[in-house]
Amino acid sequence: MVRTDVQLMLDVKAGDGNSFELLLQRYRTPLVNFLFRMVRNREQAEDLAQEVFLRVYRAREDYVPSAKFTTWLFRIATNLALNSVRDNRYQKLEVSIDAPVSLDAEDGDERTMDVPEKHPNIEQHLVEDARRKMIRHAIDKLPEKQRAAVLLHKYEELDYAEIAKILNCSESALKSLLFRAYEALRVELAPLVAQRARQ
Amino acid sequence: MESRILGYVDGRLKESERLEVEKHLAECAPCCLRVNEFSAVAGLLDELPLIEPSAEFDTRVHARVAAEPQPKAGWWAWMHFSPRIAFAASMLLLMALWLGYRTGTPIAPTIPNDDQAMMQDLPVLEDHDVLQNFEPLKDLPSPVQSDDDSDAQQPQHM
Ligand SMILES: [Zn+2]
Repeated sequence: MVRTDVQLMLDVKAGDGNSFELLLQRYRTPLVNFLFRMVRNREQAEDLAQEVFLRVYRAREDYVPSAKFTTWLFRIATNLALNSVRDNRYQKLEVSIDAPVSLDAEDGDERTMDVPEKHPNIEQHLVEDARRKMIRHAIDKLPEKQRAAVLLHKYEELDYAEIAKILNCSESALKSLLFRAYEALRVELAPLVAQRARQ
Repeated sequence: MESRILGYVDGRLKESERLEVEKHLAECAPCCLRVNEFSAVAGLLDELPLIEPSAEFDTRVHARVAAEPQPKAGWWAWMHFSPRIAFAASMLLLMALWLGYRTGTPIAPTIPNDDQAMMQDLPVLEDHDVLQNFEPLKDLPSPVQSDDDSDAQQPQHM
């Protein structure tokens, strides 16, 4: 039988390293992807994800299963990401005085997952690439809290109550946050949206 | 309606809410359009591929966890892991405070002779004997302390 996250975490608390390993395997990819989409830098995303696991490990002795494990996990990740985004913005302001930073600097990273055989047609590949770039830029342009809400809602499939706890807001505030984010994405991605809506 | 449109699109509405939205959509073109567009946005978000953590990711997590300090070996941690000792220590502290209270000299390191004479009559001394034979105290590292000194000093040596 598959042990739940809470069971695993309670075993970690009791000193079981294997359970920590299982949590690591279960959440490394979701966390790295969430953080990558938040901070747009792969190296930084991995560093932050490691930090999340480290904090989970440090908190093991005080762990009480009062909320869902994912709520706790993504709350740690979201707080780290929001702080990091704010720090980055500050640093970018400083750096940009000397040298403008390209927003596309990290875009190449995601291509590593593309299997060439899936794209026998190079033109099609370029079109898809351009689409993805547009979508990523639209997400990047969202204010960070809206971005976190969209990512948690869309990719982590957490329910509204969980996301509201993670973002420290009410469920109705979250719903309006998401509505505004989707409105902004709809406008930003209008050509693609129109194309898709026609299908 | 605004707050329900996304819930309708992502299928997270309760059945009753969903029916209400559908009823509204049947007669509201702008909301219908928005539902279609939000569905399209959700579909676009699905187009982004997942990235795979790098090969070093797990190794780095392991290294950072291994670099964590082990539970502190200080006296506080020691008490933390030995509730009996913590209990014994708190008993001693309570005794000390009570003795201080009864004699009017709070946690006095030395007790004047006449006060000591007065204390002979106090029932607290019986408790003192009990405390000396108190089982958890055997776990304590024996304090290097003469019997002449006031017991009140002992907690300060913990
Ligand atoms: Zn309407």
